[in-house]
Amino acid sequence: MGKKFVGEPIPRVEDHRLITGRSQYVDDIVRPRMVYAAILRSIYAHARLKAVNVEKARQAPGVIAVFTGADVREAIGPVPVASRLPDLKIPKHPVLALEKVHYVGEPIAVVVAGDRYLARDAVDMIEVEYEPLEAVVDPERAIAEGAPIVHEEFGTNVAFVWRLSGGDIERAFREADVVVSQRMVNQRLIPVAMEPRGVVAEYLPGEGQLTVWTSTQIPHLLRTQLATMLGLAENRLRVIAPEVGGGFGSKLNVYAEEALVGYLAMRLGRPVKWIETRRENFLSTTHGRGQIAEVEAAVKRDGTVLGLRYKIIQDLGAYHQLLTPAIPTLTGLMATGPYKIPNLHVQIVGAFTNKMATDAYRGAGRPEATYWLERMMDRIAGELGLDPVQVRMRNFPQPEEFPFPTASGLAYDSGNYHQALRRAMELVGYEKLRQEQQQLRQQGRYLGIGISTYVEICALGPSPALPAGGWESATVRVEPTGKVTVLTGASPHGQGQETAFAQIVADELGVELADVRVIHGDTAIVQYGIGTFGSRATAVGGTAVYGALQKVKEKATHLAAHLLGEENVANVAFEDGHFFLKDNPERRMTFHEVALAAYLAKNLPPGVEPGLEATYFFEPSNFTFPFGAHIAVVEVDPETGDVQFRRYVAVDDCGRVLNPLLVDGQVHGGIVQSLGQALLEEAVYDESGQLVTGELTEYAIPKATDVPWLETDRTETPSPVNPLGIKGVGEAGTIAATPAIVNAVLDALAPFGVQHLDMPLRPEKIWRAIRGA
Amino acid sequence: MIPTAFEYFRPANLSEALALLEQYKDEAKLLAGGHSLIPLMKLRLAQPQYVIDLGGVKELSYIRESGEHLLIGAMTRHVDVETSEMLRQRCPLLAETAHRIGDVQVRNMGTIGGSLAHADPAADYPAAILALGAELRAVSTKGERWIRAEDFFVDMLTTALQPGEILVEVKVPALGPRTGTAYVKVAQKASGFALCGVAVVLAVDPNGVCQDVAVGITGIAPKAYRARAVEEALRGRALDASVIANASAKATEGIDPLEDLHASAEYRAHLARVWCRRAIEQARESV
Repeated sequence: MGKKFVGEPIPRVEDHRLITGRSQYVDDIVRPRMVYAAILRSIYAHARLKAVNVEKARQAPGVIAVFTGADVREAIGPVPVASRLPDLKIPKHPVLALEKVHYVGEPIAVVVAGDRYLARDAVDMIEVEYEPLEAVVDPERAIAEGAPIVHEEFGTNVAFVWRLSGGDIERAFREADVVVSQRMVNQRLIPVAMEPRGVVAEYLPGEGQLTVWTSTQIPHLLRTQLATMLGLAENRLRVIAPEVGGGFGSKLNVYAEEALVGYLAMRLGRPVKWIETRRENFLSTTHGRGQIAEVEAAVKRDGTVLGLRYKIIQDLGAYHQLLTPAIPTLTGLMATGPYKIPNLHVQIVGAFTNKMATDAYRGAGRPEATYWLERMMDRIAGELGLDPVQVRMRNFPQPEEFPFPTASGLAYDSGNYHQALRRAMELVGYEKLRQEQQQLRQQGRYLGIGISTYVEICALGPSPALPAGGWESATVRVEPTGKVTVLTGASPHGQGQETAFAQIVADELGVELADVRVIHGDTAIVQYGIGTFGSRATAVGGTAVYGALQKVKEKATHLAAHLLGEENVANVAFEDGHFFLKDNPERRMTFHEVALAAYLAKNLPPGVEPGLEATYFFEPSNFTFPFGAHIAVVEVDPETGDVQFRRYVAVDDCGRVLNPLLVDGQVHGGIVQSLGQALLEEAVYDESGQLVTGELTEYAIPKATDVPWLETDRTETPSPVNPLGIKGVGEAGTIAATPAIVNAVLDALAPFGVQHLDMPLRPEKIWRAIRGA
Repeated sequence: MIPTAFEYFRPANLSEALALLEQYKDEAKLLAGGHSLIPLMKLRLAQPQYVIDLGGVKELSYIRESGEHLLIGAMTRHVDVETSEMLRQRCPLLAETAHRIGDVQVRNMGTIGGSLAHADPAADYPAAILALGAELRAVSTKGERWIRAEDFFVDMLTTALQPGEILVEVKVPALGPRTGTAYVKVAQKASGFALCGVAVVLAVDPNGVCQDVAVGITGIAPKAYRARAVEEALRGRALDASVIANASAKATEGIDPLEDLHASAEYRAHLARVWCRRAIEQARESV
């Protein structure tokens, strides 16, 4: 056997250019005669626009043009929403506000000037006459009687009511020994990608082509949407996602500025650049989470959960961005988590508020589901006097029950939930820790052990379940020299697929990693694709690469047989980069020789085309369902409420692992973002709709010094959904870790009788809870 | 995030800097590291017409001994204070405080003079400067004067510096015999500034009786302050746990604590009391 790359801890091939600063982000792109755009944004959360006077700005030094909503309303179509829930109310969403503004940060006008400083100076010269209206910020108030209405045409702030039922929920509650209920908040978060958004657009009038460089996770889907918004033929529009400095779902979208900057380039005949400031990023790039839930569990005394009833309010913000209304439906689908809970009822009310839209944020609806349920499992354990492990173990389905049907209508592909939890308990030394916890309590020290067992829905997904298709594409192009170019329709942006896909190629074709180049993110080069989100790039996009490789191998084998003078193709084997005859291994050719012969085309079998490349579109038959168990161990300082980590153990099962370094990297990053939600982060708007946490000096994201040593381990249960057995791991950390950490803190507080606290668990909140106990 | 236009000067020495400041007065801002000024300018909360960057004034970057005192030039970067062997030996409190400022990037750029002259109510240095009884030397084209630390901080973001004056030097006493020090801090998690920072200089006799003590507290009030009531409750007493606890309970006596998104006034006061006690204990152990 030759070298195998799949499964090995191969360092990322992307990292050298990223670490040495030689990669190209949107703001690195400079075009000849380029000019700069700056945007005037609403300072009110809710106001009528009486007048927008741009005359002074037009006269300002260096200013080339100023446009308002009225100027572009005919030319640019509305910002699209892809989700189609029944009876969904869809407000008109112009790229620049018209009669009203609905949140602080809503674009009102755009200035184009010779440099970004002059553009920004001119923004201050635009005079806006606002008639302020009362804002509604709290989603519960928004749906109550008498609240200010965000979009008057609807007469209500309820954008949708979505329900999901399975089994017989009424019966479950009739048969329950105990009903445990809890109201909880999953706070609004700001994704804070390191690179803010940015767009450069250039129009070539000769070709009639518009090129848009933008920091996006979905270049192809964006191209289709932008073509519609701008009235351009899709094949005259080229979208390029250069290096993307983090997205986490916030760049899985179609933004007003992307269409606006494209329009400006066409209208002005000059390339235009717009780079979002951090302040703008906080105000007008999508936020995440923002759910309030009342959960009721019908349970037996032995801990068996018979049924769950959820009443959820989703804070939508003022407008729907691309997937805003769809995100909470993922919460509903995953509402029974890794447990065999046959009866379920979920009701989700989507509420308009005078705030930035919420949308996908790493995990997108599933962290909320896992948080609700994992908090409930601990609340149930507390009510029944059982160990949290016991309650979980009792409700897990057995490994032989997979594919496991859920009350929400899903079929979990494969799993062994007991094994993952046992492994995590072993690693952390669970029994001993519980004893130590008892001893420490005698000394007035408060150790907390928090468990989270989870299952997530990944590899999105079968096409019927997604608004724009859920397949993924790949082209494998073997060049005449035997080098291999992969064009992936997934648009990875930091997740490491350039490495993972090269590993698959190297193993399948017997070439070196360095012989493989993975290209993505340019719609003029890469065939149509869907993008990177929902932990899909490897499981779906990697499978597409694998499928294309099989087609390439088939053709190459056919050609090799011909060149070797063998009529029976079945007698040709391909191993370690060599084709040879099974019954006469001395008769052989290298892969390179076959590739070259395919291009020289001097001696091809009849009916075989020259060249050696193949494109494959992979349509998955199901989602995948990664799972695992995380255990956090913390100590709470009862005097100050400060939380210190003692241990953090993560056992994740993401199916077959292509590269353990990539998996660890994804898990680490996800846990850190979870830690942010659990302990630090919250997007706070005041009553008038001003974003109080509008800067990084006010909004606390985790720093390196906040992060404990992360002990990661895995179980490996292959997925039957794809031939590689991959499940996906991009979001596992953010799904699993938040409740593990919160459960740990609340476990520490159990002696004080504290049953629940809403995130973020900042020291003052904990101190008050202890003091109030 | 994009400042208004300004004219930038980078004088090579102090007299050039003073001349520029004299010329442009209130319309000029001194840049001494820039970790406070530049963010304010990017948010357009500060819009100076002229920026005088002291980064080229090398004569203001030094740490040296002068008898029983140590002199630190105003343009000395936090990292140099943090890692100075001389300060670690003879005035460890200042090095320890510098170590707790921001992060590595901030410490590599920020300067002691810049931080003190900005007078952020949650900056770290003021607590230590007060506890050490430092003196600060200000220079203008008209001459120079020494300002006691306690007189230097006037209010939030306001110091005793007069228009045309540049803070050039900080003078702190070298550590005496049987003296312990401590700086403890609870950081505001987003900014890294102090929600509460307590600096203690504590001299005890061989019997464990407090001979002298100074406590500086930052982050709690509009300006850093000396916790006199705490000091009085310690001086002349044997430092057992209850004496320290009772004294620390006075950490916010006469103070109206700040309240913001990150901590209520009540919690800030509580933190001040708890961390005052912990700082005194730590200082006692370091004697």
